[in-house]
Amino acid sequence: MALAVEALEVRYGGIRAVRGVDIEVGDGEVVALLGANGAGKSSTLLAIAGAIRPYAGRVRLDGRDVTGSIPERMVRAGVAMVPETRDVFPDLTVEENLRLGAYVRRRDRADVEADRAAMFALFPRLAERAEQTAGTLSGGEQQMLVIARAMMSRPRLLLLDEPSLGLAPTIVEQIFAMIARLAATGLSILLVEQNVGKALAVADRAYVMRLGRIAAAGPARELAAAADLKEHYLGG
Amino acid sequence: MTAAIQFVIDVLSLGGAYALMALGLVIVYGILRLVNFAYGELIMAAGYTLYLVSASPLPWLVMAVLAVGAAVVTGIATDYVAFRPVRAKSVTAVLITSFAFSTLLQNAAQLLISPRPRSIPLPEVFSDTVTLFGVVTPARNLITIAAAAVLLSLFTLAMRRTVLGIAMRAAATHFTMARMLGVPANLVISTAFAISGLLAGTVALLWLGRIGTVVPRVGLEPLLIAFIATVIGGMRSLEGAVLGGFLLAFIDTALNYSLPQDLLKFRDAFTFSLVILILLWRPAGLVRGPATGQRT
Repeated sequence: MALAVEALEVRYGGIRAVRGVDIEVGDGEVVALLGANGAGKSSTLLAIAGAIRPYAGRVRLDGRDVTGSIPERMVRAGVAMVPETRDVFPDLTVEENLRLGAYVRRRDRADVEADRAAMFALFPRLAERAEQTAGTLSGGEQQMLVIARAMMSRPRLLLLDEPSLGLAPTIVEQIFAMIARLAATGLSILLVEQNVGKALAVADRAYVMRLGRIAAAGPARELAAAADLKEHYLGG
Repeated sequence: MTAAIQFVIDVLSLGGAYALMALGLVIVYGILRLVNFAYGELIMAAGYTLYLVSASPLPWLVMAVLAVGAAVVTGIATDYVAFRPVRAKSVTAVLITSFAFSTLLQNAAQLLISPRPRSIPLPEVFSDTVTLFGVVTPARNLITIAAAAVLLSLFTLAMRRTVLGIAMRAAATHFTMARMLGVPANLVISTAFAISGLLAGTVALLWLGRIGTVVPRVGLEPLLIAFIATVIGGMRSLEGAVLGGFLLAFIDTALNYSLPQDLLKFRDAFTFSLVILILLWRPAGLVRGPATGQRT
């Protein structure tokens, strides 16, 4: 078991954004976390990544309790987070952004160099723009950059928050093709998405969140076939 | 012609000192979005260290290194005492704790050393004059220009070429994102304070070298200068701080040259009026910083 989230609760002041969520992501598994805006998906992801401290519940990695760890420790434990805000460092070059992604393993220079070459091979657009500042990239290129940057830490679990948000359909295709390729390498992925069709196509299993709780869960194929799914995730 | 050369040397030497002061303040502000009001005391700490070791037989250069070291240590201590315990909890609290730490250090100097000026050792070269292009100028001015040039280049190089430097620039835009890549928050912040101390300590040597003495409140003026320079230049940008420092020095020097004798004592009023005009024109400062950024 790569990741186990048990009875997770996140509160912002008096607002209970996440109300007792259980999620499991197995080794090499791609799990989608679906739901409407405000269902608590991003909060769940941020709590796993250590960016916000959970109010209650447990987060375990390979059985080890990592609840409430600081974000830098989670990266070292093998968890990489790609937030929906697509936070490139705008005044750093693409190359510098990638170099920072490898911060936790900056001493294996040869390996980092090899990984960067691999990322440039995977995302040729980034290679062309290696010396440009990240702020000058298009939205799709920035999304590729944050995914590539997260991969530079050689994570075992990738947390992806809405990678298709606000991107043109052709770019969305490319991003999901990329996710499938990363999944094929044996990486565990927890994917938050509003694009349900695409997410279920790439995922092994899925959870549907509604008002801070898990409303449905199951194999991606079964959920895709369920007629009432749209009502669930659209918050109907 | 000689007047023009004199003017340029004056602007560059004053501007070099101002730029270093401003950079030392903005390196911490950029990352924490908090002004370190105990910044002037880093200069004071360096000054008193010079005074305390003045009786020793050490060569001046060693004393100078000790003084800069004291400023670095005081800078890191500021982080541990005034910032780290409260920084995640409340902005107002940090404002007060940094003021408190500033007062504490000043009072300690008053109590343990003296409220009166104490003279500090200076190398002979500081009181020499040199003739350059027919202009007689204190050697100290040229040393200031050289020191500023060396430190600014080293600083730029470190921020561009080292992973820690890149991490610090990243942390200044998206602190949480930098942490989610594994950049340790505490390391980045402590490094910022250490650099702040290094710059303040170096400025102290040059700045106190003009007066030759140190008093407990000696840090107030540099803090004010640094603050104004960063506001003009843009609080969020390292380049802006340097630019603001040189611009402020240009304004000060130009007023020194042009104001009639009986108006000269009101020079600061003229300076501040110009600063207000600049800010009316560019409220966010001359150089706009990176697009976004949230507090830790």
